[in-house]
Amino acid sequence: MSALGAPLRRLEGTAKVTGAARYSFEHTPDGCVYAWPVQSTAAMSRIIAIDVDAVLAMPGVVDVITADDAERLEDADDGELMVLQSSNVAYRGQVVALVVAESLETAREAATRLRVDYQTGDVDAVLEPGHPKLYAPDEVNAGFPTDTSVGDIDQALAQAHAVVDHTYSTPAQFNSPMEPHATVATWSDGRLDVFESSQGSSSTVQILSTLFGIPAADITVDSQHVGGGFGAKGSPRPNVVLAVMAARRVGRPVKLAYTRQMMFALAGYRTPTFSRIRLAAGEDGRLLGLAHDAISQTSTIEEFTEQTAESSRHMYAAPHRSTSHRVAALDVPTPRWMRAPGEMPGMFALESAIDELAHEMGIDPVELRVLNEPASDPESGKDFSSRHLVDCLRRGAAAFGWEGRDPAPGVRRDGRWLVGTGVASALYPAMVMPSSARVTARRDGDYLVEINAADIGTGARTVLAQVTADRLGVDVDRVDIRIGVSSLPQASIAGGSAGTASWGWAVSKASLALVDRLKDEAVPDDGLSAEADTADDIEAMADVDRHAYGAHFAEVRVDLDSGEIAVSRMLGVFAAGRILNSRTARSQFIGGMTMGVSGALHEHGVMDAVHGDYANHDLATYHVAACADVPDIRVEWLDEHDDQLNPVGGKGIGEIGNVGAAAAVANAVWHATGVRVRDLPIQPDALVRHLPMRG
Amino acid sequence: MTPPVTTQRVDLEVNGVQHACDLDPRTTLLDALREHLDLTGSKKGCDHGQCGACTVLVDGRRTNSCLLLAVAAEGSTVTTIEGLGGPDLPHPVQEAFLEHDAYQCGYCTPGQICSAVGMLDEAAQGWPSVVTDDLTDAGELGTDEIRERMSGNICRCGAYVNIVTAIAAVDA
Ligand code: FES
Ligand code: FES
Repeated sequence: MSALGAPLRRLEGTAKVTGAARYSFEHTPDGCVYAWPVQSTAAMSRIIAIDVDAVLAMPGVVDVITADDAERLEDADDGELMVLQSSNVAYRGQVVALVVAESLETAREAATRLRVDYQTGDVDAVLEPGHPKLYAPDEVNAGFPTDTSVGDIDQALAQAHAVVDHTYSTPAQFNSPMEPHATVATWSDGRLDVFESSQGSSSTVQILSTLFGIPAADITVDSQHVGGGFGAKGSPRPNVVLAVMAARRVGRPVKLAYTRQMMFALAGYRTPTFSRIRLAAGEDGRLLGLAHDAISQTSTIEEFTEQTAESSRHMYAAPHRSTSHRVAALDVPTPRWMRAPGEMPGMFALESAIDELAHEMGIDPVELRVLNEPASDPESGKDFSSRHLVDCLRRGAAAFGWEGRDPAPGVRRDGRWLVGTGVASALYPAMVMPSSARVTARRDGDYLVEINAADIGTGARTVLAQVTADRLGVDVDRVDIRIGVSSLPQASIAGGSAGTASWGWAVSKASLALVDRLKDEAVPDDGLSAEADTADDIEAMADVDRHAYGAHFAEVRVDLDSGEIAVSRMLGVFAAGRILNSRTARSQFIGGMTMGVSGALHEHGVMDAVHGDYANHDLATYHVAACADVPDIRVEWLDEHDDQLNPVGGKGIGEIGNVGAAAAVANAVWHATGVRVRDLPIQPDALVRHLPMRG
Repeated sequence: MTPPVTTQRVDLEVNGVQHACDLDPRTTLLDALREHLDLTGSKKGCDHGQCGACTVLVDGRRTNSCLLLAVAAEGSTVTTIEGLGGPDLPHPVQEAFLEHDAYQCGYCTPGQICSAVGMLDEAAQGWPSVVTDDLTDAGELGTDEIRERMSGNICRCGAYVNIVTAIAAVDA
């Protein structure tokens, strides 16, 4: 039996459930000291004075580093990493000093005592439609075009039988991996060794090499266990730069971990978004026009534009179309990637609007989507490598019991609860990035696969061992795997749902090369290896449109008295190419959907307009879904074969569960109550005054 | 030369082993475990009692070790994830987490497992929760009870569905 697709347990599972798996901060080199960042308490300001001496005099304080005396860094093309380089402060929460002390307790105490005086300016930190600072960036995240236009959207709107024109918003959301960002940095004899919580340490090495002006060959970054990231650890954040800087300066190993509160300013987050969606439909429900105009924020030190309207370029057929992105540089921390950047907020908007159109036209929401299924990519005209959205919708509808659903909103009661159901589509690009791997046959008959992949909870170790075993034609337990250290063959980050496809390709290619060598070579004492790199293969790929698809179905209950919303049932059906491990894949889909429920109902970064900071910057006030908020989520997938992807045949599954899930919940809330909420999160205050009295 | 920071002797019993520690009195039990005793299985997710990642058993009861000063744990018996079971002899809850894939990144996992062990004991003693209908029935926990009682442990990977399944399997 092939190892591919088998529900293998995670190879590092025992280490994780017994507490033996060590995450970055859990390495404590001899003689280490602790560093604690001091954050600005003023947005958009200038530091006038820092009373370093008072803190340096405290027992146990080793050093205080400020912009006055920090070493100068080379620009690595990320403004957030230029820490302690200037006395200008761009946002509240930015690092203005670093305290180094003999113990964690002293470092924390000293950091709170460090007095910093600021000259403050006016704070501009609240994104709104029509904000005067909105501009068109050259491109948006992941290199997508800022604006696109096909046909004449105004003409389509003028001629339509039905028009939907609404603005939908999503708030600032915070990735909040359970392991806060952390670094342990040690310099010895000019070499730098780092333990870092990272989604991809190969790129961390390159960036540290640039920032600190040392050869990449002299740097090792170890990220063997990573406590989640969801994009927040996709590129280095200030923590690693600060720790490395401090370790060089004090000549001792340095440990630095963000507090949970620091995570909200210094780890990246999802920008708030506003999406105006305009749909123009003909009498039969077919779209004549589709427009998506998105706005988002960035900081004043780094431009990041969420690609919010990108998904609307691919979802539905319509001859007239237009999309745009505008961004405002505000006095806020720089937003970054958070699980399905672009698709999550964009598809909340589009899939809510489609639901509104279905109601307006009296067409079942599943059927309206089927009706608008394109034959090729609706903007580019490219062929699909495969597209089974309709199959996901149909199969999901059957499994969920959608048939015979009464479309009328606000009419189903179960005791004190109003009950409703909703559907939404999902899509996510199937990407692949260049990677390399080495596979070695050992004298004892076992194999070793080495690749600097990162396992942030996806089960990467396990599926890559499965791919190797499959290609070599051996049992998985004869394959050892080493990942998560930058000295291994270089590989792409765990991001863009492209990890397994990218790494799997490299591992597959190296395995097949080894099989070739083993045909006419004996295994010497130190083993026989083959290496492979996929850069050229990826370059040569055909120019087709590659996406994974899915359909979410949700049932919600809304309490008549309080407006409390509970998701009671949820089903996701996905078409994501070949599924390589049914056990871990199911968990990942469920995890994405769980984050979708969390975003739909709970997560809400609240900007303090006066001070320019997210006021609810901890886990007591920034609510993420807890166990009691999450129903029994069911997941199914299609047996999809797509030979235009990559040799392992997977499209990526890390993010698609979080795309469309919030819209399915929002649509179900509308079906339950008749109240359309266009701003996430949906909370009782938006519903309660509209609900009927309980009879 | 700065004078040394004050430390004091703290005797801790962890996983059946006595440790004579020399600790800054501000040290939490969590930091004593992680930074001084090299027991890094207990995790720090928030340091403020908001996430449950640091959950250990103190005298058998689940406790956020980030909210307890190490000095206050003197005289108590502390059980961490390392003390529940190891690779050779995993605790039934650890085994159920493996079988039901009740974790992804694994960072909340030791806290979830310690919390589940403490929670099952609370339920066995007849402690009700906010969703308990019948205060006299100490029978098997349903999934609603497990969800409610495990809501002090956040899992950002979203493993709750499998966590509930795993705990229900142990309780059955
Ligand atoms: S670390 Fe103790 S509750 Fe979060
Ligand atoms: S397994 Fe990652 S936070 Fe729970």
